[in-house]
Amino acid sequence: MRSSRGLKAVGRNVLRKDGVEKVSGAARYIDDLSFPNLLHARTIRSTIPSGHVVDIQYHGDTTGFTIVDHRDVPGRNIVALIDDDQPCLAERTIRHFAEPIVLLAHENRERLNAVDVQIAYREATPNFDPAASKTSFKTIAIEKGSLDEGFAAADVVVEGEYRAGHQEQLYIEPNGAIAVPAGGGITLYGSMQCPYYVHRALKVLLGLPDHKVRVIQTETGGGFGGKEEYPSMIAGHAALLALKAGRPVKLVYDRVEDMVATTKRHPAVIHHRTGVTRDGRLTAIDIDALFDGGAYATLSAVVLSRGLIHASGPYRCDHVRIRGRAVMTNTPPNGAFRGFGAPQTQLAAEIHMDRIAGQLGLDPVRVREINALRPGDTTATGQRLGDCSALQVLRAAVERSAFKRRRRALAGTNRGIGLALFFHGSGFTGGGEVALASKASLALTGRGARIFVASTEIGQGTRTMHAQIVADTLGVPYDCVEVNAADTGEVPNSGPTVASRTCMVVGRILQRCAEEMRERLGTLTPGEYLRTHGPLVITKQYEKSSAIAWDDHSYRGDAYGSYGWACDVVEVEVDPDTWQVKPTAFTTVHEIGKAIHPMLASGQIEGGSAQGIGYALFEEVVMRDGRMANCQLTNYIVPTTLDTPAIDVVMLENPYKHGPFGAKGVGEMPIDGPAPAIINALRHMGIDLREIPATPEKIMAASAERTGSGITKSRSARRYTKPSSKTLHALREKP
Amino acid sequence: MAQVSMTVNGKVRKRNVDPRVLLVHFLREELRLTGTHIGCDTSQCGACTVLIDGRSAKSCTIFAVQADGSAITTIEGLAPDGQLHPLQEGFWEEHGLQCGYCTPGMIMAAVTLLQDNPKPSEREIREGISGNFCRCTGYQHIVNAIQYAANKR
Ligand code: FES
Ligand code: FES
Repeated sequence: MRSSRGLKAVGRNVLRKDGVEKVSGAARYIDDLSFPNLLHARTIRSTIPSGHVVDIQYHGDTTGFTIVDHRDVPGRNIVALIDDDQPCLAERTIRHFAEPIVLLAHENRERLNAVDVQIAYREATPNFDPAASKTSFKTIAIEKGSLDEGFAAADVVVEGEYRAGHQEQLYIEPNGAIAVPAGGGITLYGSMQCPYYVHRALKVLLGLPDHKVRVIQTETGGGFGGKEEYPSMIAGHAALLALKAGRPVKLVYDRVEDMVATTKRHPAVIHHRTGVTRDGRLTAIDIDALFDGGAYATLSAVVLSRGLIHASGPYRCDHVRIRGRAVMTNTPPNGAFRGFGAPQTQLAAEIHMDRIAGQLGLDPVRVREINALRPGDTTATGQRLGDCSALQVLRAAVERSAFKRRRRALAGTNRGIGLALFFHGSGFTGGGEVALASKASLALTGRGARIFVASTEIGQGTRTMHAQIVADTLGVPYDCVEVNAADTGEVPNSGPTVASRTCMVVGRILQRCAEEMRERLGTLTPGEYLRTHGPLVITKQYEKSSAIAWDDHSYRGDAYGSYGWACDVVEVEVDPDTWQVKPTAFTTVHEIGKAIHPMLASGQIEGGSAQGIGYALFEEVVMRDGRMANCQLTNYIVPTTLDTPAIDVVMLENPYKHGPFGAKGVGEMPIDGPAPAIINALRHMGIDLREIPATPEKIMAASAERTGSGITKSRSARRYTKPSSKTLHALREKP
Repeated sequence: MAQVSMTVNGKVRKRNVDPRVLLVHFLREELRLTGTHIGCDTSQCGACTVLIDGRSAKSCTIFAVQADGSAITTIEGLAPDGQLHPLQEGFWEEHGLQCGYCTPGMIMAAVTLLQDNPKPSEREIREGISGNFCRCTGYQHIVNAIQYAANKR
């Protein structure tokens, strides 16, 4: 690690700050906390997908209960986010199954659950089909060059439609919050990614001023986007009950409720029409994307935006049109999930790329080499790239995985190998970072410094990585840097912990704090400075580099300060009896600027890759009449150790000059690639699949369509025989 | 209500409990041993894994009354003398954890794995902890952490 010379913490695998607590069982997650006089809470939800509430009846003994409905909201009855369309508690209209209507609290959980709340509805006709939706949350068009010109220059036009289903974040710790009333205000503890989102939502809901609301993140058992916006809802519910009861209220979901009611990844249908020359050059790209937003807008507009900006993949083309819509359906709202729209659109782009290669008789590497973005090229939004490592990651991954040799060796067996080339913008899209105007503070301590940021530790290593950046910038040992809890009573608003921005954006602000602190210290040690000059706290705000320009109206310009680049190569084996797919080898090359902590960074890549394997193969949300039918871990399948191969991670460094020590984002990119790489590995076996998850049923159906050839077992060389209609039926019935 | 008595992390604990109370709830709520986590309602995730009479088991699969007379070890009792257990050290050193929610259960499952097989292969480790879900790590660093502990013994 060449650039780490002289650095004592950055670039090294220091021990994580939260390690001892987490290995010894001392870390306190939301459900581990208790308060005197605590009440437990329960959410009564709609049992229809669309209609109106007509009547509410309580059966059972409700004496001593605190009961809250929309009439108890002192401020505005909304979950404040982007659009103000989602009520915190439904009033009359119901737009999806599991919409919260009434809240109950009682100190005794048995009694709480014994009460039966009967709600009478007048039902309306629901719409579950995004294509038939009459309500758009957002429409975006990106245009570059002229499609007519591009298609005129094409020898071949390749078209295709690609589909991705919902995905559940499935953090292992379910969502939860505790609200404690204090002095006319509220202190809210919870499992969350964005304390200041919750802070704002509570102010709006409760009609309270800034200083009457305090939000404290508790140790958080994973988020992946699932704890970006939804905690504002739970916090609101707990707070309404706590204010009415005048007692602390705990609201922690069980797994079923968490899966049925909270946000998921947007399902998407993406259509590609591409002009290409006979020798493989892209001349025109025309993409249409439809995202299913569910019943309320949540973050759909920005998910769509990121999705579309990444939709043409890391490829050069002069004539591009990308259009997309996020629409309303009567299903629970979809929201943030690691990757934020880009996994869906890059799935389509990369399956399509292999189909283009197939039609031209080119190999998948060659077609990507020809079209990969290079330094000086422009993206679909017209952003001119200074740095660009698309070719480097492609070549490194192809070489490391022996892609070409393996591709020949596996041909005609029940195994296949596929690849995906992808990229991911770090930080908020377009002018987002300027609007956020994030702040970070650093306070001098006797030994070193204490970090004050609202960026949360959700497992990804925020505390550790920020402390490394500060330690080396300030010139103190890593152990001498402490990290304050993400408590809105103590830390400035550093923006949300999302969008792969915690290291690159917030880390950079902290680095600037540390640079100034170092200057102020001069030759003094921290202890000497404090004795001579008294306390020293330095606060800095995000500063945009002058090179970044974005126009939100035309959707043109520098969509992101920088991009990470990556390539995945996956080998899979298909069981000829069960049609189950098993990934057997996984190579991934990531260029992320600079790995502040190589092991944490590779942990992000491995974890994101495993989630991507689940997205590709197992994780199917079965929606029946607008309701998730498989809302338990028994039938929503996430990868275990046995479904996840050893993941060979290679990190390339190409320092980004506006990132701390050259770092860019890493958290999200890893989930963009595995699904298309796996689907392309199936394509290598002759299975033409254009949809995920690639469940055995779908693979069997796609494989049966194939004429002539079939899957053979490589070792036993057993011929595949088409399953009888009985097995077919049994397989279809399965989940 | 039924009387139960069990030895938890070396201490005898006697309580009157409702016969429907699961062991995991008994540990977390009666004894306030919150290092044992709950991640599901269907005995899938393994976040609640403890040692019952020296063997790892999911504590949401049995009632507290069924553990009457047993010796239970939770994550809090793994390192009674304040020194980290080699597995705890391994998970910290090798970054076998991120959010940490699965970690206590993972470690307890690994205790039994290493008891049965002190020098497991990667394959054997993966099989041994296949009943424990981790959504953060992709498992590779967890495997490394268990190997670290195996090599330390
Ligand atoms: S809580 Fe999930 S297995 Fe016990
Ligand atoms: S470390 Fe988060 S679930 Fe395993």
